[in-house]
Amino acid sequence: MTIQFNDESFRGEYTFRNSDRAIKRFPFPFHEDSYMYSVNMERHQGGPEGSIYEKRFDVDEHYVSEMKDRALVLADDPLRCQSLPHMTLAGWDLLELIMVSKSEDYPDLFELHRDGNNWHWINKPMGIEQKFVFMDETTLPYGPLEYITRQTQGDFAVLDQRDDNLWMDAGMITTQADWSLDFDIGMNFFEWHAPVPKANEMGIFIRALKFLLNVQQGMPARRLNWTMTVNPLLDTSPENYHKWGIQKTTMTPETVGQKQHLRVELQTFFRLPRSNALVFPIRCYLIALQDLVTVPKWGRRLHRVIRDLPVELATYKGFIDNRPLIVDYLSQFDDGAPTSDGIWPD
Amino acid sequence: MSAGTNKIAVTVTDVSVVNALVKRFRFERSDGGLLPTFSGGAHTVVEMQDGDTHRLNPYSLMSDPMDQTAYTISVRRDDTGRGGSLFMHNSVKPGDQMTISYPVNLFPLDLRARKHLMIAGGIGITPFLAQIKQLSVMGERFELHYSCRNPALGSYVDELTEQHPNTTHIYYDDQNQSIDLEQLLGGQPLGTHIYVCGPKGMIDWVRGRAADLGWPREAVHYEEFLAPRSGKPFEVKLAMSNKVIQVGEHQSLLEAIEAAGVDAPYLCRGGACGQCETDVIGYDGKFLHYDHWLEDDQKTSGKKIMPCVSRFEGKTLVLDR
Amino acid sequence: MTKFQFPESIRSRPIYGTLEPRPGKVHLMIADAEGAEALIDVAQAKPDLMAGANIMYFPKGSGDTFVTQLQALGPAQLYVGPSYSASVARLRRTLTDSHMGLQVYLAGTEGLIGQAMLEVTTAGIPHSAIQTEHRGSVARRMQCVHCKGITEDVMTDPFVCSHCGLNLFVRDHYSRRLAAFQGVCIDAEDPGNVPDPVELYS
Repeated sequence: MTIQFNDESFRGEYTFRNSDRAIKRFPFPFHEDSYMYSVNMERHQGGPEGSIYEKRFDVDEHYVSEMKDRALVLADDPLRCQSLPHMTLAGWDLLELIMVSKSEDYPDLFELHRDGNNWHWINKPMGIEQKFVFMDETTLPYGPLEYITRQTQGDFAVLDQRDDNLWMDAGMITTQADWSLDFDIGMNFFEWHAPVPKANEMGIFIRALKFLLNVQQGMPARRLNWTMTVNPLLDTSPENYHKWGIQKTTMTPETVGQKQHLRVELQTFFRLPRSNALVFPIRCYLIALQDLVTVPKWGRRLHRVIRDLPVELATYKGFIDNRPLIVDYLSQFDDGAPTSDGIWPD
Repeated sequence: MSAGTNKIAVTVTDVSVVNALVKRFRFERSDGGLLPTFSGGAHTVVEMQDGDTHRLNPYSLMSDPMDQTAYTISVRRDDTGRGGSLFMHNSVKPGDQMTISYPVNLFPLDLRARKHLMIAGGIGITPFLAQIKQLSVMGERFELHYSCRNPALGSYVDELTEQHPNTTHIYYDDQNQSIDLEQLLGGQPLGTHIYVCGPKGMIDWVRGRAADLGWPREAVHYEEFLAPRSGKPFEVKLAMSNKVIQVGEHQSLLEAIEAAGVDAPYLCRGGACGQCETDVIGYDGKFLHYDHWLEDDQKTSGKKIMPCVSRFEGKTLVLDR
Repeated sequence: MTKFQFPESIRSRPIYGTLEPRPGKVHLMIADAEGAEALIDVAQAKPDLMAGANIMYFPKGSGDTFVTQLQALGPAQLYVGPSYSASVARLRRTLTDSHMGLQVYLAGTEGLIGQAMLEVTTAGIPHSAIQTEHRGSVARRMQCVHCKGITEDVMTDPFVCSHCGLNLFVRDHYSRRLAAFQGVCIDAEDPGNVPDPVELYS
């Protein structure tokens, strides 16, 4: 499989662009014309060929540039990647999971050769070749979690399972939608979700937790989450909010199509074998509204979803002030015609 | 089906007598591939076709979690039980093809612990064998206190005392040796976690003393192998599947549902994990809740039942299956 | 009466209880200012518990008000210190000699409770086994999410980060690991537009 990797930026000049292929495979998250929280979990076991669901860890045209951006974030703030001491074993589990999955799913891009615990990893797109001893941190330039997630798209929260709860005890978080790993590390499932409005009363988190506690080895699950971002900025962290927050106020009716992005997270859940921990990859996909509306069904539907979204959700997702601008823009692409069920283009 | 775990086709490559009551079984993948690695404390569910009876019994994995070539379990023969252990002892031979589940861990180590204090009774030693191997490789501190009836029935005592002479303590009931719990629980450094696995009486004793001595609940972990109890046969209507089933005297409600070809989720099959929780649509009779999962108010509500171990007596029971 | 009724809030905001005697041989009690009253209440409920009690007390602004009363309870040990931070090394040393079964009682300001709890959980007692009771000041320890600096004794919303100078609004989102609430820049989207500070809970 050949992928043409972009050379683009997610900050400053924002040269990020989606190719036609990227637009067509974008994970549009709305299966109907309105949105409310649900425990929308399904098995993560493949998907339509070429879709983002097909492989265990999707690699796309943004791979190399996203990893460059991650390295910049970490150089500026190393606290974006932390692992409490008891989570090193889980880090090795994750390293193995990603190396095995990617070398099997993308054999032209990644290779893994194992001779007992002597491993040899080759990452062609990033030009990395590493020999190391599995389970021996002294043979890698970083801890196992940091090492492998510096080479994998998306954020990673690694959750320790104890006392009928999940605890966010390690993570690599550089493309988050506005939450802080440094602040939340050590919290349990209900605590780190505490700021989310409405969902608690709905019992969503109780049901979700019960499902996640029972996710077993070899049977991963997935769901989609979404928000909005102005400019294709990956690092929308609270840490840097005092720098990027101002960008939200810079849109005009002329620029909203180009600057306003729908940001969709593919969240997957894998049970890790040696540590019994649960890894929670959060893979971020961005699309400018002007590209999204080239799929007529998506244009109609997004207009209706954003227009009718409850105030608390639009506020929590950070776009309440820009909502009128967004709805006005999208209304041009909604002729009122009925839309088909499901997320796929017609 | 399962709800939640994959199955593995395996070949029995070894059956060994450990002592008069215990046999050890070794499984390798039938297709010659590697088995999944696992975390110490995990169990596998072994499927058995015993004539007309289809059994699924969980057994702790006692082998080294890093050894992906084979899984090993030990089974204690129970002559008065429902027949699963008798089947394993009497009918399973090297060369047999069997089906087991992926490992599931409901008795994991707390890797934050500064010290792991293990208390085992009889066949309860099995999960600790895997955990001790794992902790040794990781260089973590542990201490084992293992109570058995006598040296002849002390499964794996030799192996443990030879490999871990300083941290293994054996107590033989027949020689009136017993664990001095007051002393043991009184002087442990902060950060110690207790793990207990054995008969119900031993678990209750350790948990009770620990609480009296001020130990936090979260630092005391236990696994009890609850076998489904036998009881009077009863009839159940499965509303979703539109079937009426009979639950036999030595058959669990879950087994009866499965025998009728209805898919019901499960994981531990021992009343502890919550996976088989089933809604009750209607009933006229009395519930016999034998599980550790439901809250007290859920048990009295008449709205829930755990079919893997619990039973019912009365005229009608209608379930949402 | 110095007990404050905290308004209902989000799941990560700590909720304090009422101290009660628990079974055990050794009882470690840490309190500041009016927190002493909570310890006195425990002693009244079970006087013979105090023979096994090790008290660390920081009067702060309350002077000698409670010290004599605490002495009168007959604890096995009573240490009166000028501040919590001066006593951290002593607390850590005490914990290294402690055993599982130790009962821990924390009373007073949120800052004291949070920081002492952090030491005890780091030493190896799960946080839900540690008893807490709030008394006295409702000032908060705040972490600035931008520079990571901690600003002590915050009583207004918004407030100024004592390290980097940004204007921060006060969130109820709380981290046990940092023993602090989260402060976030309030004028990022409209620089200079900072509302007048309002006292917390008013």
